[in-house]
Amino acid sequence: MAASEEILALRAEVAQREEELSSLKQRLAAALLKEQESVPERLVPVSPLPPKAALSRDEILRYSRQLVLPELGVHGQLRLATASVLVVGCGGLGCPLAQYLAAAGVGRIGLVDYDVVEMSNLARQVLHGEALAGHAKVFSAAASLRRLNSAVECVPYAQALTPATALDLVRRYDVIADCSDNAPTRYLVNDACVLAGRPLVSASALRFEGQITVYHYEGGPCYRCVFPQPPPAETVTNCADGGVLGVVTGVLGCLQALEVLKIAAGLGPSYSGSLLLFDALRGGFRCIRLRKRRADCAACGEQPTVTHLQDYEAFCGSSATDKCRSLQLLSPKERVSVTDYRRLLDSGAPHLLLDVRPQVEVDICSLPHALHIPLKQLEQRNAESLKLLGEAIREGKQGAETGAALPIYVICKLGNDSQKAVKILQSFMAAQDLEALTVQDVVGGLMAWAAKIDETFPQY
Amino acid sequence: MAAPLSVEVEFGGGAELLFDGVKKHQVTLPGQEEPWDIRNLLVWIKKNLLKERPELFIQGDSVRPGILVLINDADWELLGELDYQLQDQDSVLFISTLHGG
Repeated sequence: MAASEEILALRAEVAQREEELSSLKQRLAAALLKEQESVPERLVPVSPLPPKAALSRDEILRYSRQLVLPELGVHGQLRLATASVLVVGCGGLGCPLAQYLAAAGVGRIGLVDYDVVEMSNLARQVLHGEALAGHAKVFSAAASLRRLNSAVECVPYAQALTPATALDLVRRYDVIADCSDNAPTRYLVNDACVLAGRPLVSASALRFEGQITVYHYEGGPCYRCVFPQPPPAETVTNCADGGVLGVVTGVLGCLQALEVLKIAAGLGPSYSGSLLLFDALRGGFRCIRLRKRRADCAACGEQPTVTHLQDYEAFCGSSATDKCRSLQLLSPKERVSVTDYRRLLDSGAPHLLLDVRPQVEVDICSLPHALHIPLKQLEQRNAESLKLLGEAIREGKQGAETGAALPIYVICKLGNDSQKAVKILQSFMAAQDLEALTVQDVVGGLMAWAAKIDETFPQY
Repeated sequence: MAAPLSVEVEFGGGAELLFDGVKKHQVTLPGQEEPWDIRNLLVWIKKNLLKERPELFIQGDSVRPGILVLINDADWELLGELDYQLQDQDSVLFISTLHGG
């Protein structure tokens, strides 16, 4: 018995020490990072990488498995060692891409990202860890890459790529990888590559799908040749709204690394002038033939009109981030704050709370007293949903004093869809398909509720 | 008189969400006076397949910017775009470009 008590005590002590150790490690990582961040930013990387005549004994051992590939060999490895690659975006694509470039021995990797590490990034942005949440992604990524291969020079740029800085930056690198997450940045990177004469390896991913191609490589088409007009802003879906599976961005980031390595090693890319589509649900790759370079392309054509970088946010009608936009469809008096809604809830005033999120999001979390009808069904004027809503109103009125009004409050995740739903409900009431009642939406939605009212409510 | 055509129409990159989430559609285009080209295929799709918000798919008589049209796995620009005359058993893929990363 004494022995088993000792085991228990030792176990408890080990657990306690482990906890202390882990907390110390987190503090150390944060302190190291702070030191790094306080170093003034080097916008200009050092001189071009010097040519390399031979591999060292250590390098031969380290890269031996790829050195014995006749297509690469010592010659290709030496080219990789003197190559520089600019990675635009250190997210789901940029992380695996940079990881494989560093592992393969690329000489210099520039990392551009203005954003900080968030917990919702970790399921796919595999260079970042829990300890560095809240810190700049480029420093987190650079720290991981240095641990992986200390011989690779990492140059972090903790800032957005802008028309003012992009060309200067792109000129300092041999190959550019577009791992960004928004349309304005994609046009910006493309135009900078065309003006600087650099090949651009571009990938993107959403939900279960990915796309990768190489632009502006030896007379091939550029992004503008294929997409002369930007997509309407409302048709662009970001990863927060549409969702994405981490391994899908991982597959695309790896494919992107492969194309970058082949260009840098002198093997030439596979997807210049073609687009590889990946459908992870069906498990299929499909390679399609793209158009040739367009003689009338605004960027790379014979008489280009893009002779310097422009205002790409204005061109695309959207901002150069993938953060969710805040719509303003309703007047202030058609909206309530989460604080006001909380007060109303506490007062016990009869009302109807309508949650218009899709079912998959309601499964994640919801307020128990809400009636759930997805926006899509309201948009489609779904008869069953209208009936459900009518019944809930009748029921709510029975609970209220005779003649008292029964206001409707509409809620969603962030307060965009709820505004659309209010507009739709108002149109139903105008058409007398629904009893005329006061309808308001809750500003900021359930995420504002989680941030300001109930900190136990999940955020996603 | 053009004979009826059997064509595979496919949507991807999120464009399928406007078609009830169905990616692959094996369709039969009825026989008609003039030959079937992409221009009147788009009209047919709008009438027969498109479930919601046509402005997210069609703009004017063409597709909206950001949707690539691929005929038998080749960019439609190589084949005459709207004027390409469909052949029996052709495959036409409409792919919405992704921007996420």
